[in-house]
Order: sequence, then C-alpha cells, then structure tokens
Amino acid sequence: MAKSNTSIIDKILNRNEMDDIVNVFPNKVGSQGYDAWGFNMKNMKNNMRFTKYLYDSFYKVEAFGLENIPKEGRCLIIPNHSGQLPFDGMLIGYALLTNQYAPRAPKAMVERFLPTVPFIGNWLSSVGAVIGDPINCERMLDNEEAVVVFPEGVRGSNKLYKLKYQLQRFGSGFMHLAMKHNAPIIPVAVIGMEETIRSYADLKPLAKVLGMPVAPIVIPWVFPSKVYLYFGKPMYFKNDVHKESDVKERVDEVKAAINKLISTGLEKRNADIADKKNEKK
Amino acid sequence: MEQKKKILVTGAAGALAKKVIDKLKKDYKIIAIDFRTKVDLGIPVESYKVDFNKRIFEDVFREHQFDAIIHLGRISAQELNRFTRYNANVIGTKKLFDLARKYNVPQTLVMSTYFVYGASPYNPSLLDETTPLKASELTMDLVDSVELENLSSIYLYKHPELHITVLRPCNIAGPGVRNTFSLLLSEKRSPVLWGFSPLMQFIHIDDMRDAICTAFEKNIPGVYNVAPDDYIGFQDAIKIAGSQRIQIPSVPPSLTEGIARFLKWKSFPPYLINYFKYPVIIDGSLFAKTFDFKPKKTLEDIFTYYRSLK
Repeated sequence: MAKSNTSIIDKILNRNEMDDIVNVFPNKVGSQGYDAWGFNMKNMKNNMRFTKYLYDSFYKVEAFGLENIPKEGRCLIIPNHSGQLPFDGMLIGYALLTNQYAPRAPKAMVERFLPTVPFIGNWLSSVGAVIGDPINCERMLDNEEAVVVFPEGVRGSNKLYKLKYQLQRFGSGFMHLAMKHNAPIIPVAVIGMEETIRSYADLKPLAKVLGMPVAPIVIPWVFPSKVYLYFGKPMYFKNDVHKESDVKERVDEVKAAINKLISTGLEKRNADIADKKNEKK
Repeated sequence: MEQKKKILVTGAAGALAKKVIDKLKKDYKIIAIDFRTKVDLGIPVESYKVDFNKRIFEDVFREHQFDAIIHLGRISAQELNRFTRYNANVIGTKKLFDLARKYNVPQTLVMSTYFVYGASPYNPSLLDETTPLKASELTMDLVDSVELENLSSIYLYKHPELHITVLRPCNIAGPGVRNTFSLLLSEKRSPVLWGFSPLMQFIHIDDMRDAICTAFEKNIPGVYNVAPDDYIGFQDAIKIAGSQRIQIPSVPPSLTEGIARFLKWKSFPPYLINYFKYPVIIDGSLFAKTFDFKPKKTLEDIFTYYRSLK
C-alpha cells in the first residue's frame, strides 16, 4: 500500500471536512455557542480535528452497532472504561458525532476533580464533558441528550494492566437515572484501549498526597493499538424496583451485556490479527 | 380619586434602584432611602438619607403607611468592612422586616445575589432555588449575603403576611452597574485566572429592572433565581467586551490569593477568586415561568455597550 504524503498536522487541520460534520448535528446552544454545561461549538470543531486524527489514523477505530443509537431523545451510553486517560470517551464521542445513521454530540460524565485542573477543566467541558453529579445527568436527560457514563469510574480506567477486559465494580447511579427518567441504556464495549497505556501499580499514598484519585505507575508511552467499538441494542428498564438489590440485579444485566460485547470484540480482534498474519505469510 | 400605593425603595442611590424608581413612579408614590446619600430623584419622589440601624429609621414608617417595600439596599463586599456590612445587611434587614410587621406592610421584595450558592468545582450546572447556599463555606466575606438570605427565608415562612419575594439574579451588567464582574467588562485591562474561564450568565440592568417590577406587581412570594438561559465563558466575555486580559497565575491557589491581596484591585477581590475559576450557573426557569418573564436584551447588547466605552 502506498504511504500517504499527508502530514499529521494536515490531517488535524482539515477544516472543511470538520465543518461538514459539525454543521449537521443538532445542538441546543445559546447566542455565544455555549450550553449550560460549557459545551462550545467552536472548541468542539477544533477538538474534533485532533480526535479525528486519533480516531482514523492513530487508533484506526472500527465501530459496530451505531444503528443502535437512538436518532434523538434521551439515552445513556454505558461503556467499559480503560486506558488511564479519557481517550475512550473521546473516541465514543467521535463515533456518535460522525454516526452515519444520526449524528449526535453526546455529553460525558467525568471525575469531579477535573474542573480544578487549569486548562483541562475548561477544555473538557467545552467538548462535552460534565462533572459526574447526578443532578447534571438528570438535567441533561430532561434536555433529551445522549449521556456517556462510565459506571466503573477510575476503578476501570486506571486499573492495572493484568486486569484488562475484566469489568470492575459498577456504581448503580446510572441505573437509578435510567429508570427514573425512562432513558434507554446502550451498552458499549471498547476493545484496544487497555493496551495503549499500561499501569503496573497504583501508589495510593502518593495519590492521597496529591489529592488525586489514583497515582498509577505506567510505562510512559502510548502503545499503538487498533480500537474496536461495539454498541449494543438499547436496554429498557421500568421504574418499578422496591429495593436496592433489584437495582443491582439490573446493573448486572447491563454488565453482562457489556461482557458479551467485549467477548465479541476480542474474537473479532483475534480473527483480524490471524488474518494479517496469514496475509504476511 | 384613588390614592396611589406607597412604596419604600431602599438603596436608592444605586443604578438599579434609580431605574426601578423611574419605572414605578408614574403609578406609585415612591419613598426612596439610602444610607449613603439623600438622592435627588425629581419632584414626585421623596428621598431620605437614613441608616436602617438608627432609631430614626422608624420615623419613615411612622410618617408613611407603606403598601410595599422593595429592598435593594445592600452594601456590597467591595464596600466597608465585614463587621459594618453584616450590621447593615443582616441586622439592618431584620430591623426592616420587624418594622414591616409592626406597621403592617403587606409586601416585601428582597434583592439577593447568585454569589450565595458559592463557586465550587463540584457545582452541578443550573442550580435551582433549593440548592444549599455554600458561599460562606468559601469565604467569610460572603457570610452577610448568605445570612441575609437565611433571614429572609425565616421571615418568609414564619410571617407569610409579609409576602416576601427574594430574587437571586446572575451578574447584572449595563450602564451604571458597579458590581465586580460589570467593572471587569468595563475596564481596558481585566484580570483573569490562567487556565480558567468559568461559564457565566449576565442580565442587562434594564431586564433586571423589569424583573423586579414584574415580581413586585404580581406579588407571588418565594425565592427565585433570575437569569437568562444564555451563557458565555468569562475570558470570552472579557474579550468580546473589548478588554485586554491580564493572566494571573492560578496555581498554587495561595499565590493567586497573595497576588489579589497585594494588588488590591477593586475588580479582583481575594474573596471572589473561586468565582474567577468555577461556574455558578443558575436555573432561572422558575422565575421565567411564574412571572412570564423573558429578558429582552441579549449578551451581544451587553457587550456592545461595554465595547462602546473603550
């Protein structure tokens, strides 16, 4: 295959293509391009140039099941979390933004300490990240938005490499919100991010001193890895539980759906790797 | 001929109070008071310079049977020291409520501020009126604002006959307004915190005047946020208003506070540093729905005014 002459910078700055994408999805923003959570159209466009490079060229993402994302109306996107940094959220966001069936600009719930970090907090909120407060999520669902929630939180994203593709404990907040606001849940599996940044230890005392949720010891290198996104069929739950253990059962149903998608994704990846090896032979 | 209703307006020297008085004076008999100065508001308006905490304040009530009080008089945290402010804003307001009870004034409207919610990184967006008021957790300089609210709430529920309405507006901006964030929009060079551009809401002074007049005329007691559903990042607002941004280091927080204390800028007070960092976005939908209110002026109108000053 002939190598492309296009540089990384050219790929990131391909303005026209971004304008075409950004101008098709509907977003409720005010006169200055902002919504109530700090999402900003202009920053979103700029950010998408970088995310497009990550999506197409670095992680070479393949997405399956995008037709399962509701064309409009409230929904909760529930993926497994991995990769130490929030790139998995960015890739899911980009997949939804460029979804050929119906593009949507999702919101993603993020760790509460992030707004305290200069630049990062503002940048994240300008591209659709919102601090993980249930009130925010309720408001956005009422606003008929698609909201990405990682129920594992840092337990998932910052887990040790040896625990890859093992779902960690899920919080149940997302299920309460889905039931209360009658929002479908779309289970998602992210395959490939686990291998990009690998953590071998978590220095909890250091994390405590720094006021951070984790202090992972990682190899300071982002390993290239092809990423597969699997979007499952919408799951609907009525608001008819009587006790917390019923909610937990439902959370486990979603976990099982994600685990199934992870298995499918890993099989597909192994098959692709085998095909490549055969091609080389 | 039916006699005009009589209204006491406090804080009459402020730009907002002047606009409210100007709008209401045709239909109501206005008595204007201010602790700073005797304001000349033209012939139909009687004006007094009076301190709420002095006994002579009661004479105003003895002389006039009021039908309503519009309490806009508040010493902002930029003015005077903490102790004097507390006395004027909290103790003085208690005295005002007690006099309203004693002289059977059937309606009181109190002006508060969105600052009472406190600027915290953990704030969700669109804070509604039931959100706990956390400003005093952040700084002692806002204790009087929170206490004024608490006092108003106690009187609102304990003495329903006072028909108390509390308004919590977002940043008021426009001609004559001298609060911290409007000062920043009007200056040629404005301090901002490096790496932080909190989302903000602004309401034009004319719209706030209309909000006060509508709330007064409809008289539906309660606590209401007043804010448009339009937003802008603070640093963008400064740029669009035609000001040059001066980046102040934001980490570590003690350095930022030290700089604020050293510079002693009126528009960059140490107690408001968190408001330069984290958004306090309030939900104005209850007020909009209850009073059928929609601001007429846009953010662009506000910034056009500030650009014209440069």
